[in-house]
Amino acid sequence: MIDRRLADLVPPFLFGLVFLALWELVVRAAGVPTIILPAPSAIAARFLVSIPTLAADFWQTVKGMLAGYVVGCGSGLLVAILVDRSDFLRRGLLPMGNLVSALPIVGIAPIMVMWFGFDWPSKAAVVVVMTFFPMLVNTVAGLESASAMERDLMKTYAASDWQTLTALRLPAALPFVFNALKVNTTLAMIGAIVAEFFGTPIVGMGFRISTEVGHLGIDMVWATILVAALSGSAFYGIVAAIERRVTFWHASFRTKGA
Amino acid sequence: MKSVLPIVTVVLAALAIWYVAAVLLNTPLQRDAFANAGRTDYSTQDFIVASLNMERPKLPGPHQVAAEMWKSIVVIAPTSKRSLVYHGLITLEETLIGFIIGAALGIGLAVVIVSVGWLDRSLTPWLVASQTVPIIALAPMIVVILNQFDITGIAPKAAIAAYLSFFPITVGMVKGFRAPDPLQLDLMRTYSASASQTFMKLRAPASASYFFASMKIGAAAALVGAIVAEVTKSEDGGLGARLLAGSYYGQTVQIWAALFAAAALSAALVGVIGFAGRIAERRMGFVR
Repeated sequence: MIDRRLADLVPPFLFGLVFLALWELVVRAAGVPTIILPAPSAIAARFLVSIPTLAADFWQTVKGMLAGYVVGCGSGLLVAILVDRSDFLRRGLLPMGNLVSALPIVGIAPIMVMWFGFDWPSKAAVVVVMTFFPMLVNTVAGLESASAMERDLMKTYAASDWQTLTALRLPAALPFVFNALKVNTTLAMIGAIVAEFFGTPIVGMGFRISTEVGHLGIDMVWATILVAALSGSAFYGIVAAIERRVTFWHASFRTKGA
Repeated sequence: MKSVLPIVTVVLAALAIWYVAAVLLNTPLQRDAFANAGRTDYSTQDFIVASLNMERPKLPGPHQVAAEMWKSIVVIAPTSKRSLVYHGLITLEETLIGFIIGAALGIGLAVVIVSVGWLDRSLTPWLVASQTVPIIALAPMIVVILNQFDITGIAPKAAIAAYLSFFPITVGMVKGFRAPDPLQLDLMRTYSASASQTFMKLRAPASASYFFASMKIGAAAALVGAIVAEVTKSEDGGLGARLLAGSYYGQTVQIWAALFAAAALSAALVGVIGFAGRIAERRMGFVR
């Protein structure tokens, strides 16, 4: 089982290596100026030299991102459970939630910067709004997902609404909740970084990208993007790992023939 | 149509909350404004009315945003730089060009991934990983790089819109082309169908619902890309430039109007695709 998973990793790993090697080769052979595309080695060098700056930027952005993620996902979950009590509210809020999920919410960034100032709370506010609706819509759908048969069983046990919720419907909704949690990791990163394009103290990944682009420090931009990519995947990976531990019973995690 | 009443109720409730929030948020500003003007003899009603009609409020009232939208969409000529139609059309053009390119590339790559085994194994994990990366962070840099090649104006923004819509469309279409179950694929094999026949007669039609779902996501992503790109290079106009200008000069009403215009644009794009999807699915016999 472990062997097979390792074997699955070999082709993408090789592909990545070949890709990086080609990139390096093309940049060196064609003499592409650094301003257009720095070689991977140059980016790595810049990354290693500027670890303190990158770390400071990382923490500044992560503060806003995590605070917003926790508040946005938490309130989305709570509101979904409340909305679930009323069919009327659900039929009113769900189409709205679906609509809002498709809107360019990052656009509220300048407003949030005006309301909450330049520091991380304004970034957190953008992330709250961006993560709230996917969580709301997914959780409401998840709470519906327990089958009629299972609900009938709960009724024959004379379970109260609360017991049905905690023992059946919430666990049944967990795969949906985790789906929203995973989608929201990316949205939270995007919200936190883009909000920094609109105004920030002189630290943060979005700030670094926009200022370094301004004076053509493209290698530093790439180094920051590397940090964003690594932390984005790590954040997603952590949530996915928790999901595997918590919803191990779900069909998508069963291994064939095990 | 049973859900009209609930939706209307929720919208009205949202408007009511908005009004209350506007009064609460603007209260300190308005108090200062009255104090500066030397007015002390105002009633609560005067105060509320005044705080909902400030020139640069913290949160403008819905009617102020509506009035601004009316003014900048209908009253001002669409050729003026103060018209939202002018900026909206720029954004729409970038979004559509980018979306079409991104969709073509995304579907093309999905076809290649589904048909070529070794590419699938080496590329798919990267594609999945790319979903977790905030690729929008690349937007400002792409603008600068394209600028080096003297590519300015609409092209860099369309490029970012294409880039942002490309990944979700690829991932969605790969899933769609894989949607037929093994039984159906086996049936194609018993017919001794070639790979391209299997693709055209089974995989492509089976991916219809995935196609429209990923087009919706791709269009919304393309619009976000276009707007963010406009923020990083705002001299050519567009709704993103309007947002940025509003935030520079504290013109909150203008920001909200631009925001609602962007929302309407996004909703319209997604709506048109959804409509086309429903027609297509009915024609194909998925819905009876």
